[in-house]
Parts: sequence; structure tokens; C-alpha cells
Amino acid sequence: MEDKFILGGHEFNSRFILGSGKYSLKLIESAVRDAGAEIITLAVRRANTKEQENILDYIPEGVTLLPNTSGARTAQEAVRIARLAREIGCGNFVKVEIMRDTKYLLPDNNETVKATEILANEGFVVLPYMYPDLYAARDLVNAGASAVMPLAAPIGSNKGLATREFIQILVDEIDLPVIVDAGIGRPSQACEAMEMGAAAIMANTALATAGDLPMMASAFKNAVEAGRKAYLSGLGRVLTRGASASDPLTGFLRD
Amino acid sequence: MDNRFFVDGEHLSPSALEKKHRLETDPSSRTNHMEYMSGMEKISSDIMEKVLCEMESYDYTRYTAKDVKSALQHENCSVEDFKALLSPAAQPFLEQMAERARYETSKHFGNTVYMFTPLYIANYCENYCVYCGFNCYNNISRMKLNMEQIEHEMKIISDSGMEEILILTGESRAMSDIEYIGKACKLARKYFRMVGLEIYPVNTDEYKYLHECGADYVTVFQETYDSDRFSELHLLGHKRVYPYRFDAQERAILGGMRGVAFSALLGLSDFRKDALASALHVYYLQRKYPHAEMSLSCPRLRPIINNDKINPLDVGETQLCQIICAYRIFLPFVGITVSSRESESFRNGIVKIAATKVSAGVSTGIGDHESKYSGKETDGNQGDEQFEINDGRSLDVMYKDIENEGLQPVLNDYLYV
Repeated sequence: MEDKFILGGHEFNSRFILGSGKYSLKLIESAVRDAGAEIITLAVRRANTKEQENILDYIPEGVTLLPNTSGARTAQEAVRIARLAREIGCGNFVKVEIMRDTKYLLPDNNETVKATEILANEGFVVLPYMYPDLYAARDLVNAGASAVMPLAAPIGSNKGLATREFIQILVDEIDLPVIVDAGIGRPSQACEAMEMGAAAIMANTALATAGDLPMMASAFKNAVEAGRKAYLSGLGRVLTRGASASDPLTGFLRD
Repeated sequence: MDNRFFVDGEHLSPSALEKKHRLETDPSSRTNHMEYMSGMEKISSDIMEKVLCEMESYDYTRYTAKDVKSALQHENCSVEDFKALLSPAAQPFLEQMAERARYETSKHFGNTVYMFTPLYIANYCENYCVYCGFNCYNNISRMKLNMEQIEHEMKIISDSGMEEILILTGESRAMSDIEYIGKACKLARKYFRMVGLEIYPVNTDEYKYLHECGADYVTVFQETYDSDRFSELHLLGHKRVYPYRFDAQERAILGGMRGVAFSALLGLSDFRKDALASALHVYYLQRKYPHAEMSLSCPRLRPIINNDKINPLDVGETQLCQIICAYRIFLPFVGITVSSRESESFRNGIVKIAATKVSAGVSTGIGDHESKYSGKETDGNQGDEQFEINDGRSLDVMYKDIENEGLQPVLNDYLYV
């Protein structure tokens, strides 16, 4: 069965999106290869640099860039950064991230909705990073987002699916791909999110802080694939309360 | 705990010497350091009161190994935990603290280390701060670069590959006014991605103007948070006004600056209390302005021209490392800068644990980048240095050394929006 990941009209085979912010540029190539990633994020503020260490030079060919607006504190700033990304040749994809808190780096959903609307109208494929709130997610759909990217836990925390129940609500209620972003610390957590029906996983710190980055990249690749297959196969019955009765409870019905 | 700070230059006139000695020996000859001078903006803020209250009641001898162990077990470090980590009882746990600090650093910053260089554009100063090479009684070569000279320096620094610059002046509003500094910021925006300022504290509207000129970070060192000690060290000039200096970062944020940096100059006073106050200054301000970026420096006293006896006293490398680890555990999200005041070996070690920013290719003199970078004799005048640096590595060497430690040197992670 062919299982393509469709994002903003583009087809991808891999459902693992790689962050690039926290590790050495020289490791990007092997991370992309071992994670089988076809999409890699990059901070425009890091890309907008002189030749010496321009991250754009390290992105392997055929990989789709997902520039992010990190550093933006308002919708207006995010819009400016997204336009700059397009100017410097990063393509049409943009991950909107707007934070007004330097301690937890939690996204500001209100500003994110505003920026999403402006950028979607300008033809961007907008992937907004968000706190998993159903109303905000619906607003993002109406604003023209191509996916929603709820956080699993505070960024960099490696705490896994702390917002599990709320992400499940988004998966159930939102007709766009739900990409779980931030807080995923282990392949097993990535696998669990995929089992729940997430369309893709994005991770950075979990790889950056691993002892062997390429090996961890490959572990994530396998975990994401396993979770996806489990989801597609329809997870087996999970008994949450006692054993099931051998005689059907409704056996008394006569018609 | 005293450094031998007082030095009489032969150039001083008898009347100047007399005034200097009076300031040094007779406290009644000094102005009230808690009183604002005319033109200094007063903002409504309770941060200073909170910080001073915590600092004054801090008795670090009360903490025991048990407090330190429990602090290290807590997932979130409370103010009380932080006090334990700064106490003498924590010193035997330095390795555990370093491990925890490294873990927190990697969570928030991965393995990145940012690089910058300072550019001193003038060394005139109106203050008598007894430990500083730029103090108005010290006999040094004074200089103020004109715009052409500033641009020349910037080109040389930019050609070395540097993308972040910190513009510094001595604290003289008369010799380096806001307009002059603003022009320098505008020039800097042509050559650098990020422009920071370390100048005398100014009012909110002036920070706003400098922000519009291209500066986005403001560093102000409180030097010591002990206000009595502060008044003994800053004998003359506007810098003597403790509360105006204390609120500088808050005014900078109100003026629209993206980030602010803080520090005590370790060795001036009780370093544990100063470290506590520095971190709490960040902590309370971050709670009030959660969008603002914050960073801490941790300079120790260094020898200056005409006084090689100045030293960091009881703040050894071990104590400095303890302070930096405690900062990182208490404030995992803040930047920590370690300057060229520290040795190569210390800086190589500390970037693996907690520091996220280091300077390279440093000169604390005026107009001497060409001679320092190329070894070429230049015919232009040069102004003397503020203090002696310890780690003289160039950007290239520093870049490679960071890479060799398995870390990722970063020259720019910033956009002016």
C-alpha cells in the first residue's frame, strides 16, 4: 500500500522532519541520510549569514527546506522573517513559530493565527507551531494552514507526550496533517505519537543531545515507520477494564 | 578583603591630587550614591528592592551538604536551591553540579557556542571607579575614534569573519554622546548581523533611539550589588548613582531592546552575594518581561595599566566554575558569556559545561585592531586598554578550538526585525 505524506500539495515518503538548530552543520548530511528525512527545518536567523558557515551549503540536494521564524515575537515579525526566507531562496514552505517567553519558548497561538493568515494569502505553505488547543487549531485551518504542529512538551525538554490527550483531540478533529513537534525525547515517544495518528514527527534536541547522532537518527526513522504502520493497521484491542465476558452481555435480546 | 586600588599618577596637579585623596579618604566629600542626578529617569520598579532584600538576608554559611544534594535532585531549581548551590557547602559537589549544568545547557542550547568581539570606540571617562583602567584619574592615552576610524576598525573585524559586535565606550556622556554612539550603531549594521552596546546607562527614550539605530542588546554591569561597597568603589561621577544603574536593563527593555545582559565584577565584594544578586536580577526581570532575552557574564577583576596589583582575590577558577554552574542550573535558558579575561584552558573547559558565548579576537584598547590582527605597525594613534586580557586567541583559532571540542561555533543566530 502506498502511504504518501502530503503536505501543501507536495508528496513525501518520510514522516520524520529533522530540526537542524542544535548540532553541527557537518552532521546534517549524515543525519538526513540516517533519518531518511526529506524535510529539514532551519532557522532563518541562522541561515541569514555570511558564506563561512551558511547552513544552506550543508543541506543535501532533494531535501525540502522548512525555514522557521524563530526569533519572532509578533505576527508582524514572523511575516517579515518568512518573506526574507523566500528572498534568500528557502522556497515556499514556512514553519511559523512565535514566542513571547524566553524561558519556556511556548508558542503564542493568537499571533500565530494572524501570521498564518497573512502568509497563506501570500502563497506560503504554512506550518504553524502551536500549543495544542482545539479552538486555535480550527482558527489555523480557517486561516489557511497546511498542517498544524502541536507541541508534545516544552521545546528541548525531551519529556515526550506531555500533551497527549490534547494532541489526540486535534488528530481526531482537525482535517489537516497533525505534525507533533517539540518535546519528543525518545524514539518510543515518536512511535507512540504516530500510533495515535500523527501525520509526522519533528525532532531536534533528542538527536542533538544523543551520544551518536546518526545512530539516533536511524532509531527515530524506524520508530516513526513502526508507529505509522501500527496506526494504519488499526491497533489491536486494548482491554482497559477487567476481562471481557465469554457470554455476550447482549445475549438476552430476542429479536 | 581589599585590593590595593589607589594609585597617584605623576601627571595630576596638586589640586586634583587633593580632591582625589579627599574622595578616597573622606566619605562625606562624596555625593549620596542612592540619589538620582538631574536628567536621570526614574521608572517605577520593585525589582531592586526584591533583589536587595534576598541578597541582604542570604547567609551562605547556613547551607549544608544535605541542602546541596537535595537542590541537585530537584527537577526545577528554586531560589532556595540556588542559594545552596552558591554556598561553600556546594564546593565538594562541583563535579555533580558541572554534570547537571552540562545537561541543562545541552537541553536549551544543544552544542552551540556563540562568538562575538568587543569594539571600544572611546575611552574617555568622567568617573572615578577605583579598579578601572579608564578611571578619570588614571594616566592613560585617551582617544575617541571618528566615524572614519570606526568604519576602518569594523571592516577589519568583519573581514576576520565576525558577525556580532559589542560596541563599548568609556562612561563619558560629554565625550561620547548618544548621537555619536547612534552613528556608530548605524555603521555597525552595515558590517555585522548583531550589534550590542556596553555604554553608560541612559534613559528609555535614548535606548529607543539607539535601538532604532540598529542596536538590539544592552549590557550593563552593576559591578557590585552591595550598595555600600558600590559607594566605596565608585567615588565620583554619574556612575556613582546605584539605583539608576540598577534599572538600566529595565529601561533598555522598555526602549525596545531585544535583550539585556547583567553582571557583577567578581572580586569587588562578597562574590557569593554578588552572584546571587546578579542571577536574581535576571530572574525577577524575566518574570516581569518574559519576552526579553537575558544573559549573564561573570567577569573577575583583572590588572589595569598603572596598577598590576589588582586581582580577583578569593574568586579562584574553582569558585568561578561553581558560580557559572549554579547560574546554569538556576537559569537554564539564559545565555552565559565568558570573556577573554579568563584563560584559554578555563574557557575551553567551561564552554563544555555551561558557557554559551565567548569573545575572540579581543582588544580592549582603542583603534588598534589593525595592528593587533595583522601585526602591522600603524601610524595612527591608539588609546590604552581598559584591562589586561588573558586569552588572546583570534576568531580563527577560537573557532577551530571550539570545533575540536566537539561543539558547534556559531557566528550569527540573529535577525534584526
